[in-house]
Amino acid sequence: MTEPVPASPAPIEALRDKGPDKPPRSKWKDVWAQFRKHKGAMVGAFFLIFITLGVLIGPYIWTLDPQALDIRAKDMRPVYTALWDSTAKTGWAHPLGSDQLGRDNLAQLIAGGRASMAVGWAAMILSLVIGAGIGVLAGYFKKLDGPLMRLTDLFLSLPILPLLLVAVTLFRQPLRANFGPEGGMFILIVTVVGITSWMPTARIVRGDVLALKEREFVLAARSIGTKPFQIIKRHLLPNVLSPIMVSATLGLATAIITESALSFLGVGFPSDFPTWGKMLADAVARMEDFPERVILPGIAISLTVLGVNYLGDGLRDALDPRIRGR
Amino acid sequence: MKMKTLLLGAAASFALAPAAAMAERGSDGHVNIIYWQAPSIMTPYLSSGTKDIEASSLVLEPLGRYTETGALVPFLAEEIPTVENGGVSEDLKSITWKLKEGLLWSDGSPVTSADVKFTADYCMNPEGGCAQLAKFDHIASIDTPDDLTVVVNFDEAMPNPYGPFMGGQSPILQKAQFENCVGAAASTCTEANFNPIGTGPFVVDEFKPNDVISLSANPNYRDPAKPAFATATLKGGGDAESAARAVLQTGEFDYAWNLQLAPDVLASMAEGGQGTPVSAFGTLVERLEMNMTDPSPNLPEGERATVAHPHPILSDFNVRKALSMAIDRPLLTEIGYGQAGRPTCNLVPAPELYASDNTECLTQDLEGAKALLEEAGWTDSDGDGIREKDGVKLSLLYQTSTNAVRQDFQALIKDWWRQIGVETELRNVDASVFFGGDPGSPDTFQKFYADVEMYANNFDGTDPQSYLQMYRCGNEPKPSSQWQGENINRFCNEEYDALLDELAKTGELSKRGEIAKKLNDIITKETMTIVPLVDRGRVSAHSNTLGGVILNTWDSELWNAADWYRIEG
Repeated sequence: MTEPVPASPAPIEALRDKGPDKPPRSKWKDVWAQFRKHKGAMVGAFFLIFITLGVLIGPYIWTLDPQALDIRAKDMRPVYTALWDSTAKTGWAHPLGSDQLGRDNLAQLIAGGRASMAVGWAAMILSLVIGAGIGVLAGYFKKLDGPLMRLTDLFLSLPILPLLLVAVTLFRQPLRANFGPEGGMFILIVTVVGITSWMPTARIVRGDVLALKEREFVLAARSIGTKPFQIIKRHLLPNVLSPIMVSATLGLATAIITESALSFLGVGFPSDFPTWGKMLADAVARMEDFPERVILPGIAISLTVLGVNYLGDGLRDALDPRIRGR
Repeated sequence: MKMKTLLLGAAASFALAPAAAMAERGSDGHVNIIYWQAPSIMTPYLSSGTKDIEASSLVLEPLGRYTETGALVPFLAEEIPTVENGGVSEDLKSITWKLKEGLLWSDGSPVTSADVKFTADYCMNPEGGCAQLAKFDHIASIDTPDDLTVVVNFDEAMPNPYGPFMGGQSPILQKAQFENCVGAAASTCTEANFNPIGTGPFVVDEFKPNDVISLSANPNYRDPAKPAFATATLKGGGDAESAARAVLQTGEFDYAWNLQLAPDVLASMAEGGQGTPVSAFGTLVERLEMNMTDPSPNLPEGERATVAHPHPILSDFNVRKALSMAIDRPLLTEIGYGQAGRPTCNLVPAPELYASDNTECLTQDLEGAKALLEEAGWTDSDGDGIREKDGVKLSLLYQTSTNAVRQDFQALIKDWWRQIGVETELRNVDASVFFGGDPGSPDTFQKFYADVEMYANNFDGTDPQSYLQMYRCGNEPKPSSQWQGENINRFCNEEYDALLDELAKTGELSKRGEIAKKLNDIITKETMTIVPLVDRGRVSAHSNTLGGVILNTWDSELWNAADWYRIEG
């Protein structure tokens, strides 16, 4: 009599195959999940979207012309001033008050935001394209590394504000003739901010590419004969995306601040073209009597830049697979 | 008893304190002056900017100056020559100046009549591009019979012979220093232009163009007790507002010049208690200047904004008139200057003898302006709100210096012009550049690469002759004169020039007044070449511890810097 042999031994628990119990997740879903954990980044992103939408559709909702003068309604205070000072000159016609010539502050804020954001986005995209391009080329092609990085050093040593002042003197006239006073100035500021702020991106990208191109997957790709540009497109760019995104957000902030500084110095856009920096500059003289005229555009600049910085911070965390999930 | 002695002692020391402070040269330490337009050169002959004229008046002195009432007072001269004292000849064709005896330059060498003669030769050199040439109009010859006597001979009767060597605009230069800087070499003599040897209360220790000037008391100044300050700093740059703040609120500076600030801003700053704003009315008129030549960038450099090309729009009198009619001057004055301004239609608003009774521009007439443009053929044919004629759009570039009040004016005027169908592009240029007179910069007011520009100007002394002479045909800034010249509008009018000649021949005061009024009317209401806006009082501010300041609108504001002293307290 033999003992019946057990059919097959129960597999060791650890070695048992597990069927997928959850559907697979895409990379971008993971990124989003991680991003949502960063509260600051969420607030920053919401604020940025709010401001961007505000300046885009704001003029259709609040239809007052930001440049229209109304001397009778000059020096109005924001409506909330009435809470503590019932004698203040306030009115719902100008919810955020009006300036010394009776221009509506809210309309100016919206119009000013348009200019500032447009400069910010355009300069950021420009510097991103230049920076990423130069960084990847310098990192991947050894021959280009030296010249391109020396070029980067050269640009790093250019002081942006004096350069802008010179550029304004030299190029304002031809640009104005071709694109109008505002368009010409826009192109000038965007170009100068763009070509003077790509260097950090280029350096970071180059460093990452230098490390990445020695990795096995790149070697594998090379060994099957993938062309350099295919490798860059398929393997390198996706991997350096996170530093690029981060420096992009920082670039947006820098561009907004540079534009504000220029307008504050009085060499930016024409004097009646509202931007946040311009509003600040105009209001400084009456800062004590009408603090809101400094505070409102000041807050707008600060919060936008802060929001963008937080957004960048969150993006970096979310895009880095080593941090993700922690 | 004891109390009484104490009080007496206190009273005595109080009484003596200012006297003691004034008794000795250099006993009051240091004085800080701020000019928000930075001086770029230390001689008035190479720059017509007020900042340069005033800065150089600390070092360079004329033979006589104008006081705060417009009276004449001798500085280097023994006395003011007049017909009564025999200094001016009966036929008004020569004036004899006597220098004070024993005058020394700051380097210790004696001041002689040769220096005075040299100064005139220096400015009258045709290649020099002298900015004050109008002061030396009609000089036939200058004789120096002895070391202290200068005889200026004019080629015609000069009822006002006080053009040369009078006032902050034509001080005396040292011949030895500037001898090799004549003619085309004038602007290349950097050392002399930045550190001129003078007779004034201060000498330049260090000159940083467009930044700061360090000065110290002139050891050879003619009054051994003056100046009370051993050293002085003239800081340039910034803007009117920070300059006002530095004197009125923080007390960092002792004197701030020309505070063109909105009245409410200045009033709230004065509550700071560190200083006092002072104001006086003179002849300073904020005006719009119409460019009679074409500033189009399509023209080749050297022909742009020169008389070779008349302006396509502003050559039409009706346009200029309509632009003027659209402006509400009382409102501008109220917003920009308050008590420190009066609306005006005159280029020469004072003294009374020369001020025309021209007031028709004071009422705004938008409808009239529209009708005038319509009548002149400027119509809005394509419905975009902007008038055109023969394919030329009524679109103007309007420039001025960077200043909050001026930008407010720009915004207001642009709005009015928009209402009559004129498109305006605004531009503001940093004041140091705009008034800098640099022939290499495209943004100076002399180059006038714009259609309309706004600034203020005035004249020294009480006689407007040389001021009106600025608009003589041919005196315009042009490439051949290195863009120096005072006829900013490039105005050219035969009748005007003929009247100028007549004014120069007329001695009788009431007759002079009549001619000057006529000249004023030609250039303002009859041709609208200059569109005056506001007669501005000069507002400056001094610290409460700075004594002796007398605001002078007829000469340099620093005219009596030698008399300034520190109030202890």
